[in-house]
Amino acid sequence: MGMVKRLSVKTKTVLTILFVVLMALLIAIADRKASDYLVLILNLIAINIVFAVSLNLINGITGIFSLGHAGFIAIGAYTSVLLTLPIEQKEMSYLIKPLIYPFNRIELPFLPAVLIAGLVSAGFGYLVAAPSLRLIGDYLAIATLGLGETIRVIANNAWSITNGALGLKGIPPYTNLYWSWGWALITVVTVASLVNSSYGRALKAIREDSIAAKAMGINVFSHQVMSFVVGSFFAGVGGALWAHLITTIDPKSFTFTKTFEILIMVVLGGLGSISGSIIGAAIYTVGLEFLRVLESPFKVWFINYPGVPGMRMVVLSVLLIVLMLFWQRGIMGRNELSWDLVASSFSKFKRGGKR
Amino acid sequence: MRFSDFVQHLVNAFSLGGIYALIAIGYTMVYGILRLINFAHGDIFTYAIYFAFYGVTLFMLPWWVSFITAIFFTAFLGALIERIAYRPLRNAPRISALITAIGVSFFLQNFATVVFGGRAKSFNPQTGVYPAYFLRILQLGNVRIRLLTLITLSVVAISLLLLVWIVYRTKVGMAMRAISKDIPTTRLMGVNADRIISYTFMIGSFLAAIGGILWAMTYPQVYPYTGMVPGLKAFISAVVGGIGSIQGAMLGGFILGVSEIMIVALFPSIAGYRDAIAYAILIFVLLVRPTGILGVEVSEKV
Repeated sequence: MGMVKRLSVKTKTVLTILFVVLMALLIAIADRKASDYLVLILNLIAINIVFAVSLNLINGITGIFSLGHAGFIAIGAYTSVLLTLPIEQKEMSYLIKPLIYPFNRIELPFLPAVLIAGLVSAGFGYLVAAPSLRLIGDYLAIATLGLGETIRVIANNAWSITNGALGLKGIPPYTNLYWSWGWALITVVTVASLVNSSYGRALKAIREDSIAAKAMGINVFSHQVMSFVVGSFFAGVGGALWAHLITTIDPKSFTFTKTFEILIMVVLGGLGSISGSIIGAAIYTVGLEFLRVLESPFKVWFINYPGVPGMRMVVLSVLLIVLMLFWQRGIMGRNELSWDLVASSFSKFKRGGKR
Repeated sequence: MRFSDFVQHLVNAFSLGGIYALIAIGYTMVYGILRLINFAHGDIFTYAIYFAFYGVTLFMLPWWVSFITAIFFTAFLGALIERIAYRPLRNAPRISALITAIGVSFFLQNFATVVFGGRAKSFNPQTGVYPAYFLRILQLGNVRIRLLTLITLSVVAISLLLLVWIVYRTKVGMAMRAISKDIPTTRLMGVNADRIISYTFMIGSFLAAIGGILWAMTYPQVYPYTGMVPGLKAFISAVVGGIGSIQGAMLGGFILGVSEIMIVALFPSIAGYRDAIAYAILIFVLLVRPTGILGVEVSEKV
């Protein structure tokens, strides 16, 4: 490897601003011109970025192996839907048992609902983190997995709050490209500034060696709780955005499979790399759409391939296993995509690969 | 509750607990040796049921031949998974192995959906998978017990005794116990560690297969996700009992089975939360005794 070319701070700031403006322009164009399908995919990418970056903060950067992300997504989704669902729709939906008091009178706009969803999810994150972070390693993974599944079981049975297994329909489709990408930007900026602060260095120290970190005077427990709570907040926000995109939710949407999908994005991008999570989320979302081909019939030369439903999930799981066997670092490893890296790879490219 | 009802529930509880124990042993043995949570274990359980089902309905084998063949095929499948997916990662970071295990589980579920179909298949005497007299009800005083429950209890007992014999009275068992303490030293003693680890996966899958077939007879259907919930609960049993300890897995299995059935029997109104009981027990035990009931406290090395 040659030297990494250093750009001045000013150049980088200008480049960053230009990049954000360009993205905003692209989103504005997509919002007007793109087909519904493309808009849906772009929304999903943004929401998956929120999910992946928040899980990466917990799993990759702090090194807490949490498998309960789907539970927090569920809390965010249900909280926001209970707040935004029109009152008539609520009366129509709750057939088995009526909805309990404060919710059956409330109908809030989207932004406060999303914020409250994030806060409620963060609150649950705090409640969960405080006891379960006393555990380490695999025990923690199982405890969080259990908690995530418990949240789903409760959602399945608390008829007077979540409408049980019937789920909720007719959710107003508030999520658009501005909301989803706006929140994705907020998530990335928040997590990135957290990681680059002294807190972030403490979190990485805990990941590398919690005992040594403790010896250096870092309060391991409170840092881990903080990371978990921030992660749960954004999981809740993402859940709220997701619910208002797909407009129907039921407890089955929040099984362990959901956590698993997000884990794939994070691992694909590189555990511990925020830019990796963004790339992972985008590739996973788009890749899943491309793999749809496998589920519809097509013809290669003279071989007729009958579409097999469910085939793309098979391919996906094989990909994950292969990825883990041969390419554990993922796309970015623990590195971050920076303007320096882009500039140096660009100049390498210009030199025609002589190095 | 009348006394006879209580006895009836208790017998059912023990047969469920026994099935959990059978699956939990596979988790605990693998964890004891490799420090790996074998997420695919629950799906191995599902495949055993599918093998048994297709042995009868597709290959027209008599039910007992089909069951035995299915159990051996499943044992082989367990070893195969270890060979392909886990052995290359023996020296990799633990988190990579864990994610791979989740990937294998996901693969087995989706592969089953594609190959066997997503719709549930009924596993009952009408499809001929096991004889109808298994469902006969025996009357002992006021207590009514299905023959199947008694069969389950005795098969569980025999399997557990067989396992204890293998682990504590044979050379392979001795090697397994040695490996779980220290792999490099055991290698120096002339033990082929890789082969012993394969045996461990085989034995674990063998027991899971027995558990799976017993489970399918009691809850008479099979679909690609059958093994997920019992697998998770069995894993919780292993953790509750103290993961790495075989006696702990048995104890944990029975604790979970008995509390699940008894709590639902005593408070029918919370029957919907049945699946959450296991997690509640798990979290409680982990907080009180983080290494499980019979688990050994390992001091953190700096």
